[in-house]
Amino acid sequence: MSEFKNISGIACILDIDNIDTDQIIPTEYLKSIKKFGFGEFLFDGWRYHDIANINTPTSSRSLNQDFILNQVPFNESKIIITGKNFGCGSSREHAVWALRDFGIETVIAESFGDIFYNNCFKNGVLPIALNQDKLLMVKDHVSNESKLHISLADKNIVIKNEKIAFEVDSGMLDMIITGQDEVDITLSISDKIKSYESNRLKHKPWLN
Amino acid sequence: MKTLYDKLWDDHVVEDLGSGDHLVYIDRHFLHEVTSPQAFDGISKKNLKPWRLAANIATPDHNVPTARGQNFELESIEDEVSKIQIIELDRNCNKFDIPQFDINSEKQGIVHVVGPENGFTLPGMTIVCGDSHTSTHGAFAALSMGIGTSEVEHVLATQCLRIKKLKNFRINLLGCPRDDVTSKDVILYVIRSIGTDGGTGHAIEFSGDYISSLSMESRMTICNMSIEAGAKVGLIAFDKITESYLSDKVQLDKSEYDKALEYWKSLSSDSNAKFDKEIEIDVSKIKPQVSWGTSPEMTSDYDSCVPELDQNSDKYSTYKKAIEYMGLKEREKLSDLTFNKVFVGSCTNSRIEDLRSVASEVKDKRVSESIEEALIVPGSGQVKLQAEKEGLDKIFIEAGFSWRDPGCSMCLGMNEDKLSPGDRCASTSNRNFEGRQGHMGRTHLVSPMMAARIAIHGGIPHE
Repeated sequence: MSEFKNISGIACILDIDNIDTDQIIPTEYLKSIKKFGFGEFLFDGWRYHDIANINTPTSSRSLNQDFILNQVPFNESKIIITGKNFGCGSSREHAVWALRDFGIETVIAESFGDIFYNNCFKNGVLPIALNQDKLLMVKDHVSNESKLHISLADKNIVIKNEKIAFEVDSGMLDMIITGQDEVDITLSISDKIKSYESNRLKHKPWLN
Repeated sequence: MKTLYDKLWDDHVVEDLGSGDHLVYIDRHFLHEVTSPQAFDGISKKNLKPWRLAANIATPDHNVPTARGQNFELESIEDEVSKIQIIELDRNCNKFDIPQFDINSEKQGIVHVVGPENGFTLPGMTIVCGDSHTSTHGAFAALSMGIGTSEVEHVLATQCLRIKKLKNFRINLLGCPRDDVTSKDVILYVIRSIGTDGGTGHAIEFSGDYISSLSMESRMTICNMSIEAGAKVGLIAFDKITESYLSDKVQLDKSEYDKALEYWKSLSSDSNAKFDKEIEIDVSKIKPQVSWGTSPEMTSDYDSCVPELDQNSDKYSTYKKAIEYMGLKEREKLSDLTFNKVFVGSCTNSRIEDLRSVASEVKDKRVSESIEEALIVPGSGQVKLQAEKEGLDKIFIEAGFSWRDPGCSMCLGMNEDKLSPGDRCASTSNRNFEGRQGHMGRTHLVSPMMAARIAIHGGIPHE
């Protein structure tokens, strides 16, 4: 979990709506039982010409040079800018692991799939939702100048002399900045869970 | 005045954590082999055990081969990586003492089919699983949703989730549908109408006289695909049909059952409950639906055409990419397409009612010569057994279908059941995303009835 206050880096545009988590990481790689090592498979179906296979070394695969993430300087992107409903579909957290492992620190979109949005915060990737006008301004800027600067403390995206404000829940943003472990935080109030449970069995004895 | 979602939510809040966050108690946790290993690893590293063992039920479904026969040996799984994942689920269930319907259990199957048919899914419960189609269980007036692996770990460790409350969205489905329109067509029509992000941030409650008339199987199909409309929670109120479905599946003594029933009967939205969003759809106007593109919202009436590209539309680039991927031409008639694969199965449409519907269409007929492979994959061992008791397997085999063992199969092609590049498949599953059923495969989402008709005709039949 990175402890960053700002995000600065190359931004690439994927101008498509409804990019689902199957595109972000195809099912083939869900066979892994690990939590890391998915970066080379990010957008696998678009990045390579050949069929996804978890056992094939990436070095022997045929790259699709037309795909933006295979082109310099976008092969070092830290930011993805896209359309509406990014990360819809499957709940696979592997999609966020793939973005994170590739080096993507933030995704800027018009909207996000609900489950994907939550998964991002658990892995230090910041999803930023912007309205159409603001998104257009960011896209226009990035079309001319591939770098983008985002201030987490001020919750804004810096474009030339202008600052585009974005909204994100402060508690969730804190999780990204501090990398807190939610299990530990919840277990610190385990007495509340126990008291809920004893009450629950009193009122709903049919649940075990 | 509360909505059904409000009631379920209020009943499960352990603690208000401030700024919209809540600690919410989870009654039931389903596990499968794909999204659980990293979560088990997480609790192991913290030296934790599952908070409440009885909450958990596991079964392998995503990876399992579907041509297994009896006494299948895990060792015979050809894909080494798939094999490891199934063995890992076995290992974790043994280590933590979690009940599992393993690959040779006659109750093994797709987790969203197995849960309800064994009485693990009960009205009023909060239910989670590391799978977006957990929305299925909402058909039982249960607050159920898909979660990521970090949340699977959190639920194992704490029996709770840290979440924000969703908004309320009601979709009233009214009227009587045509004979050839099933609940699958209705939910595809809903998705097409509100878009794949129409329900984002909301819990969708499906109501109206159409919903009241549906069997539990059909209701599960509707709630299953609420995620394809962006809503991770789909809900339907408890009623006589829910009660009758549960009557032979719930094992409670009389006094407990009566108490439960009294509570379950309160599980509907109050008459003047406020919804943040509400729409009405007349189902009598819906025709059978067929998806043409690479998102479930790219769906049309079966007797219509591929849309025309409009350069001024904000959908231009998305539609253009989809039409190219699907190997289609603008304005092409859907009924002119030739199919070479058919898949009947998935957590959307693999229950006994779905199989009966296919059987009645294909009885004494033969699968078209254009169809190279037609799979029927029952949702669970129990569905398989029931179908065989009714002789449906013989009807399928005689018609030229391949009758398989339960699993997720070609819905996502994680096992051997995959499309090849360029294949055009009529599929009763839930997602037509690029590559979903296999690299460069082309998926058209349809009902079991339409899948059966396409299998026989090789294409979408004309009226």
